[in-house]
Amino acid sequence: MKLTLKIWRQKNTNEKGRFVSYTVDNVNPDMSMLECLDVLNETLIERGEEPVAFEHDCREGICGSCGFMINGIPHGPMPATTVCQLTMRHFKDGQELTIEPWRASAFPLIKDLVVDRRSFDRIIASGGYISINTGNAPDANSIPVGKDIADKAMDAAACIGCGACVAACPNASAALFTGAKIAHLSILPQGQPERDRRALQMVAQMNAENFGGCTNIGECTAACPKEIPLEVIATMNRDFIRGSWKERDSTVRTITPMTEWSTGSKLDIDPHATS
Amino acid sequence: MSTTAVSLRANRVVGFWDSTNGKKVVMAITGAILFLFVIGHLAGNLQIYEGPVRFNGYAHFLHTVGELLWTVRVILIASVILHITATVQLALRKKRARPIGYSRKQAIASSYASRTMYWSGPILLAFVIFHLLQFTAGYIHPGSQFIEGDVYHNVVAGFRVWWVSVWYIFSMLLLGFHLRHGIWSMFQSIGFNHPRHTPILKVAALVIAIVIVLGYISIPVSVLLGIVK
Ligand code: SF4
Ligand code: FES
Repeated sequence: MKLTLKIWRQKNTNEKGRFVSYTVDNVNPDMSMLECLDVLNETLIERGEEPVAFEHDCREGICGSCGFMINGIPHGPMPATTVCQLTMRHFKDGQELTIEPWRASAFPLIKDLVVDRRSFDRIIASGGYISINTGNAPDANSIPVGKDIADKAMDAAACIGCGACVAACPNASAALFTGAKIAHLSILPQGQPERDRRALQMVAQMNAENFGGCTNIGECTAACPKEIPLEVIATMNRDFIRGSWKERDSTVRTITPMTEWSTGSKLDIDPHATS
Repeated sequence: MSTTAVSLRANRVVGFWDSTNGKKVVMAITGAILFLFVIGHLAGNLQIYEGPVRFNGYAHFLHTVGELLWTVRVILIASVILHITATVQLALRKKRARPIGYSRKQAIASSYASRTMYWSGPILLAFVIFHLLQFTAGYIHPGSQFIEGDVYHNVVAGFRVWWVSVWYIFSMLLLGFHLRHGIWSMFQSIGFNHPRHTPILKVAALVIAIVIVLGYISIPVSVLLGIVK
């Protein structure tokens, strides 16, 4: 297969980016999208050019590292698929693919297709936990959980934090992600003690970041590689309303968003360096 | 390099209205109030088919309940203001949230209505202002004389002007789009979503929107066709 890849190239956060077209001749239809970029990068390195920077780790759709826009759709045209799982046979020979990073202020661009998604980490840190005693593992089934509830929690917990929902949303809202992170705890008995606080804190953190507000459009859930349903956003809204009504102390802690990288005081590492 | 950026936590009192979620709850409630008004107003309007006596009588009746009329008007105005304030604030956030747009973006699942709420809303506002100036205050009355109290005459004479009718029909179509998204969306905003019930709700929203649009549009169409004269 032969493909033309029109890829967003940008040296670093501050420099201006632009699209550069590359022709890749020897695309194997069984390759994943990331492997296709690997092939391209090899030729770029051979030619002495800068390879395309993109994030990846597991390459099996479970870590949430990868992700970019292909022809205007996050993770490409296949539903429930991350770019690392997307095989090239879904494209036509000779097709042109426009490859762009996630675009959102809350995801500042680091380089090429790599964006800084630490805003997600801060949302989780602000309330995505439960209080349990450490020590021995509790007996299995000591807290009964109905199958449908367990399934629902598992469905929400499937979120890998890739950011496709934000990328797909016309508002660049993180509601689906935050909803998933709230819902997978708040519908289980173990998540009850912090339920109200959790919703208040995570919503406050989500709003402290540069995300837009959810207007129930629904692009997120269609783009989500884990098919997280819109229902989690309703769960977040319900918990938020409940928490706002019930909480006696209205002080909410938020973490100040930060876009710089700490490079360690002694070693002067340039985070934008390629090697 | 650090993987999580954590700087000092700031303790803040964050109110309900400060959050995007709280604003959407306010939009849901005010939207529901305005939706009820749209139904009530339609029910009143349709009495035009019962002739001038009945229709003018109904209009007169509304004015005899003075205080109640003003209470309702105040609630409606407050709802409109809150609904718009929340919209404007969310729109500003939206602008800030994605300063650099995509070179290419494909909508894959959302409805046309949901994506055009930011357009249908402001146009509807312009329509409501025009509509009030024409039929309530009587400042604008193209093609005829506004007669205080003779609502039937004002409506029929008003809609005989073709562009008034076209503008009205266009606005009502936008109202339909606005309702088609708004009717189900308000349930989502207040935290109701259910895999079995929400699809039914979406269909119901579409049907209700179509019925309301047809009801409103029937009046200028009947006037233009000479059925109501
Ligand atoms: S909700 Fe879906 S699209 Fe959003 S971060 Fe989680 S897995 Fe990715
Ligand atoms: S590389 Fe882990 S999800 Fe794609």
